[in-house]
Amino acid sequence: MFVPNSNAFPEKSSNAIADPQLQEALGLLRVQSIPNRLKAVDKLPEFEALRDRARDLKDHILGHLDQYLLQFEEQVKLSGGEVHWCSDAESARQTILRLCREAGAKTVTKGKTMIGEEISINDFLSENGIEPVETDLGEYIIQLRKETPSHIIGPAIHVTKRQVEQTFREHHTDLEPARSLEDPNALMAEARAKLRDRYFEADVGITGANFFIAETGSTVIVTNEGNGDLTQTLPKMHIALTSIEKVVPTLDDAMTLLRVLPRSATGQELSVYVTFSTGPRRQTDPDGPKAFHVVLLDNGRSGYLGGPMQEMLRCIRCGACMDHCPVYHAVGGHAYGWVYPGPIGSILTPALVGVENAKHLPHASSLCGRCESVCPVRIPIPKLLRHWREEEFTRGITPAVQRSGLGLWAWFAKHPALYRFAARWGTRLLRLIADGRGSVSVLPLAGGWTKHRDFPAPQGKTFHDQWRAQRSTGGAK
Amino acid sequence: MSTDRDRMLATIRAGVSRSNTKGAPKPGPLVPERGQQTGRALVELFRKQAEAAAATVVEVARAEDVPAAVADYLRGRNLPPQIRLSPDARVNALDWKSQPLLETSTGASDGHDLASVTPVLAGVAETGTLMVHSGAATPNTLHFLPETHIAVVYADELVGTYEEGWKALRAQRAGDLSKGAMPRTVSFVTGPSRSADIGKILLMGAHGPKRLHVIMVDAKRPRH
Repeated sequence: MFVPNSNAFPEKSSNAIADPQLQEALGLLRVQSIPNRLKAVDKLPEFEALRDRARDLKDHILGHLDQYLLQFEEQVKLSGGEVHWCSDAESARQTILRLCREAGAKTVTKGKTMIGEEISINDFLSENGIEPVETDLGEYIIQLRKETPSHIIGPAIHVTKRQVEQTFREHHTDLEPARSLEDPNALMAEARAKLRDRYFEADVGITGANFFIAETGSTVIVTNEGNGDLTQTLPKMHIALTSIEKVVPTLDDAMTLLRVLPRSATGQELSVYVTFSTGPRRQTDPDGPKAFHVVLLDNGRSGYLGGPMQEMLRCIRCGACMDHCPVYHAVGGHAYGWVYPGPIGSILTPALVGVENAKHLPHASSLCGRCESVCPVRIPIPKLLRHWREEEFTRGITPAVQRSGLGLWAWFAKHPALYRFAARWGTRLLRLIADGRGSVSVLPLAGGWTKHRDFPAPQGKTFHDQWRAQRSTGGAK
Repeated sequence: MSTDRDRMLATIRAGVSRSNTKGAPKPGPLVPERGQQTGRALVELFRKQAEAAAATVVEVARAEDVPAAVADYLRGRNLPPQIRLSPDARVNALDWKSQPLLETSTGASDGHDLASVTPVLAGVAETGTLMVHSGAATPNTLHFLPETHIAVVYADELVGTYEEGWKALRAQRAGDLSKGAMPRTVSFVTGPSRSADIGKILLMGAHGPKRLHVIMVDAKRPRH
């Protein structure tokens, strides 16, 4: 089971920083993702205006959510499919198991679905005698390695090419052990060949849905490999897993989101395959599944509508926030301890598993704001992180050292004369410790901080002193 | 006993009613200028964008030239001269006998076909994208299973923007795609299959077609 383990963030992030293979993998992310997005954005003059539209469209949707969900359900019925409302993970798991049993399923192929991760569907199906087979290359790699995804777009982003080679040699034992896998194309060809037969053997295909359309009752997947399309076309039943906030009013509205999603996610103008699926095989269709089901998960999301965290429900899962986050760059996705890593994960995880179970995540940010600056639907991520910090403080979740530190600071702040006195002597003391070197390498009570970098010593007088001096000489009006 | 559906709808309604986005207006469409072209500029844009997505493109003057263009393409890449055709007049009715070396068959794919030749619903110039859909005459398996997908785009199927693509489909279905009028699948295909899941290296040909070849016909689609 993908049990949330986000409270282990401090230990996990320390281990991540000390892991050379992970750091090699993350290094590639840093140098590729940022310029890729920028190139795509530069090619489309309307990109910033489209972000505004995407934000406004999502706000409109969240302000009419009940209406669009009901319209979607009606349209799915009219096209011969069925919608299953599932308020929590357990309800979704039971629904999927029941559907798989109806189809007499022994094996299930899967396209990439973060909702599937959220409800730990693979382990659950395995426990119940149904074999889940991941078909997205990244998901396939981590399924063999018995790992969880570390990025919402590139689930195996933490795995190096060399490690993929090792994994394939360990698991594809029917193949010639001396075969060359030096060329990464050979690795992909091997995975392609291995998975080809599995598509045809599977009784049920489970995919996610990036969006679903109220106008037509369609679910939408966005992929580059084509595995999602084979997953939903070849078995006799297609189950799409999605969550309530992903509904979009019309086909044309979806294109607004599709103009910002791939550019933000992978720097592509459009992902290779964007497929709208509506209902089961028609009477005259020569191929396609005979049954079409949509599992609509809530899992606590609806409780955030109309509250201070509502804006997080605008997220379209592009991953740009993690691609641009200095904290994610340093520690990777596993440190965050659950399905959604990076800045958006630091907001979603406390919301979906409880802030007491993810208390470090809202602090795993310098609030530099890069995430907000690239978010295609302009989610004010730093503001929402601050909201969780406040909530932790109010509910007494914040650790005692931080609480007393903040209390001490607040006491000084309420006594301006003392504050100025302490600040003036504090800066002098720091300058003294720095001893003309401009920075301090050992700081009492902050050894954890100075262990990895020096603390810059104050260079002049305090702000208050400078302010007073400028005012008296007429320098500032 | 209340169902999951009742509970979810109740919470959603309560949330919507206190939300500051309740009744927020839907923004109007913003269609990028790039795709708003006609004539030669539209063809050039489509070609440029499709090639940027690693598809290959050739132009032919007449529908009659398509079989030779298919044979040339396969020969040029040393691929076996075997093709599986969509049972659709736009490709199936062409004179394939004119290419005696080309082995043709028609219908959905069982996974053993190396190359398919299919029509499209539309070619969308803004990103060099093909819109294809499933149906009696256009099996979906032909768009995803073969290693090589060859698509034939007639001049009047080429549009500038995604919205025009949807408009073309709506026009085929009395202007309304609701109530089951949508084909089972509509796919926007931009270039051949790929993945960057192995060490962030971009590799072509993951699970779908390894090659996507577009034959653009400078003539209107045959009526049928």
